[in-house]
Amino acid sequence: MSTVYALLFIVATAVLVIGLATKIAQYARTPAPLKIPTTPAPVTQTGVVMRMFREVVFFESLFKSTKWTWIFGWLFHMALFVVLLRHLRYFMDPVWLPIELIQPFGVYAGFAMLAGLGGLLIRRIFVDRVRYISAPSDYLWLLLLIIIGVSGLMMKFVAHTDIVMVKQFFTGLMGFSIGTLPIDFALLVHLALVALLMILFPFSKLLHVPGIFFSPTRNQVDNPREKRHLADWAKAMEE
Amino acid sequence: MAKAEFDVPELQEYVDVPELVEGTMAHLSPYVAKPVHNTPLGFPGELVDDWHDKVLEKLDDLRSRYRSLQVYLDACVKCGACTDKCHYYLSTKDPKNMPVGRQDLLRKVYRRYNTFAGKYFPWLVGAKDLTRETLDEWYSYYHQCSQCRRCSVFCPYGIDTAEISMAAREILDSVGYGQKYCNEIIAKVHEKGNNLGLPGPAILDTLEGLEEDVFDETGVAVKYPLDVKGAEILLVTPSADFFAEPHVDGLIGYGKVFHEAGVSWTMSTTASEAGNFGMFIGSYENMRRVALRIRQAALELGVKRIVFGECGHAWRVAYAFLNTLAGPFDFLDPRYPVPQHICEYTYDLIQQGKLRFDKSTNDDMTLTFHDSCNVARATRMGDKPGGQFDIPRAVIKAVCNNYVDMDHETIGERTFCCGGGGGLLTDDLMEIRVKGALPRMTALQNVIKEEGVTHMAAICAICKSQFTKVLPYYGMEMDQIVSVHQLVSNAIILTGQNSDEEDADSDDEADGDA
Repeated sequence: MSTVYALLFIVATAVLVIGLATKIAQYARTPAPLKIPTTPAPVTQTGVVMRMFREVVFFESLFKSTKWTWIFGWLFHMALFVVLLRHLRYFMDPVWLPIELIQPFGVYAGFAMLAGLGGLLIRRIFVDRVRYISAPSDYLWLLLLIIIGVSGLMMKFVAHTDIVMVKQFFTGLMGFSIGTLPIDFALLVHLALVALLMILFPFSKLLHVPGIFFSPTRNQVDNPREKRHLADWAKAMEE
Repeated sequence: MAKAEFDVPELQEYVDVPELVEGTMAHLSPYVAKPVHNTPLGFPGELVDDWHDKVLEKLDDLRSRYRSLQVYLDACVKCGACTDKCHYYLSTKDPKNMPVGRQDLLRKVYRRYNTFAGKYFPWLVGAKDLTRETLDEWYSYYHQCSQCRRCSVFCPYGIDTAEISMAAREILDSVGYGQKYCNEIIAKVHEKGNNLGLPGPAILDTLEGLEEDVFDETGVAVKYPLDVKGAEILLVTPSADFFAEPHVDGLIGYGKVFHEAGVSWTMSTTASEAGNFGMFIGSYENMRRVALRIRQAALELGVKRIVFGECGHAWRVAYAFLNTLAGPFDFLDPRYPVPQHICEYTYDLIQQGKLRFDKSTNDDMTLTFHDSCNVARATRMGDKPGGQFDIPRAVIKAVCNNYVDMDHETIGERTFCCGGGGGLLTDDLMEIRVKGALPRMTALQNVIKEEGVTHMAAICAICKSQFTKVLPYYGMEMDQIVSVHQLVSNAIILTGQNSDEEDADSDDEADGDA
């Protein structure tokens, strides 16, 4: 079983890294031939960095849109971020001080994450407009994340897993040596679904993560009159 | 007043987000372009036999040329933030008029043929085969989008449905399934120099008429020059300014401002159109060809500056794309931005104290201002972000005593489209135009009732034409829409004009003139 999981995580990591790199390369390679920032937009590069920061950290546009979606969505993403930071301790030895310090918050964040996901799921089911645009995969993503969260919290509050053993397994795996995992139901579910998420990431709507950084309406400087903007394929028309 | 073959929505105090009703607008499609409209633009005359493969090829081509399209097809998480933001959804309840619903018409085909999940598990991710029905659905719903970008303000990834609409229309054009209205107009620009197909002599005749009218009214010989070589400024303005009300009153105003500034200026026969419908159909090639006329006219006339008249989508192509499409403009005076908006030009003169006004000439009106969608969300005026909101208002306030804004949720970057933008300003789409105006009409009616507003000013030829047609459907008068430079025209005091006592009288007449 440990070998299966070791191979699963090697494959999942490879798919995630190569898949994402391929998509990012595609986005970076594809030109944006016209200046299309949604205005009012920053007129300097620094301003664009600030806009992107507000967008990524505070979900500024979503905040303007729908407060409920913003509350649930922002709660989920920020909590997930803290939870991920907390998990770093399973991959490093010794553990960095900041990661040590956030350990207690990570547990609260686990609950906050579930609350956010629950809110999003309820919204998806009960708001007729959101239900209309939802495909089965949209529900399944929420369920996947909810089960990952629940199984993770179960290991803390219901059936303790030998976390030292888990840590040895993953630090070992990082040096490509296969150790032994504790055979606990919650852990195996948790890890299997995380690996599934990693594998599906580059083929799914989770591409919104790299996508936002490449969104021309958000990442362009509003200076078309000052600086001529020309894509290569458009330049070719002039010759 | 106006008679409709469809239900005109009743104005309420607020526009409530409706529960969706599927298919309410599925019946509406604009007239299809004929070979005579398509071939001058480089498109097949009619729907080609191998459209299925050609559509998919074109989609691939566009994905490789437009980062926006590729990223926006991938990034949507179906959060629903945009679902209640489109004026067409709010007024028709049709879920395919929700921005994401509209995008998904193309996205489901992209997923089916270009993504792993859609190829092997289409049912899981809502991927669909490309069929003839798909094509008709695209044709219908991508011509119910005014490319106003309101959805892009609220999307957490900045997904702009206009980008998707433009791509879809370009795909349709590439297989010979284009829209008559847009393609016929672009063909006219290529041939005659303006959207209306007005020949040079007709424009000259109109301008001479304007000169006579202004002289009769003010006693000042204000010139409206055409094709004058060596002029300082080339004015490029929407062709509607040459004859339609209230557009022409704006053109009269531009001329008076130039006259008082003491600057030489001219219009051009070959560039007698600010609008660039190439954008509506997403065709870079056609947009570029239309834009190059302006460069050519500037070179031939030897002007130093280019100024654009009041036109919304035109200002987008001018402000954001002109330098890209037809630049560099290193042969023009580097002290001024290329191009400038007439409001920027007038505003600068007001700041320098070079214009004198009698604001009381506009006292018979209480004004509000409609932010045109493409000016608001795709351009700027002046140096600072948001100048596109402040500068037109500053101009209005400099010439009018009575001004109030509409509900803040409906102006600025959140402004609602007039309902007729993006290639929809055609009679065969009247139903969606009238319905789409609902949010703006609601906000307007509220300030009419609560603040005593009598007129709404705009700086877009499409907005002006659209409101002139649509206001009567909602029980208002067609002349309640005015040009910003019409207000300037009313109030400006021309040096040496008929004595001040007569000003008020003569300016009142200016409304009905021309």
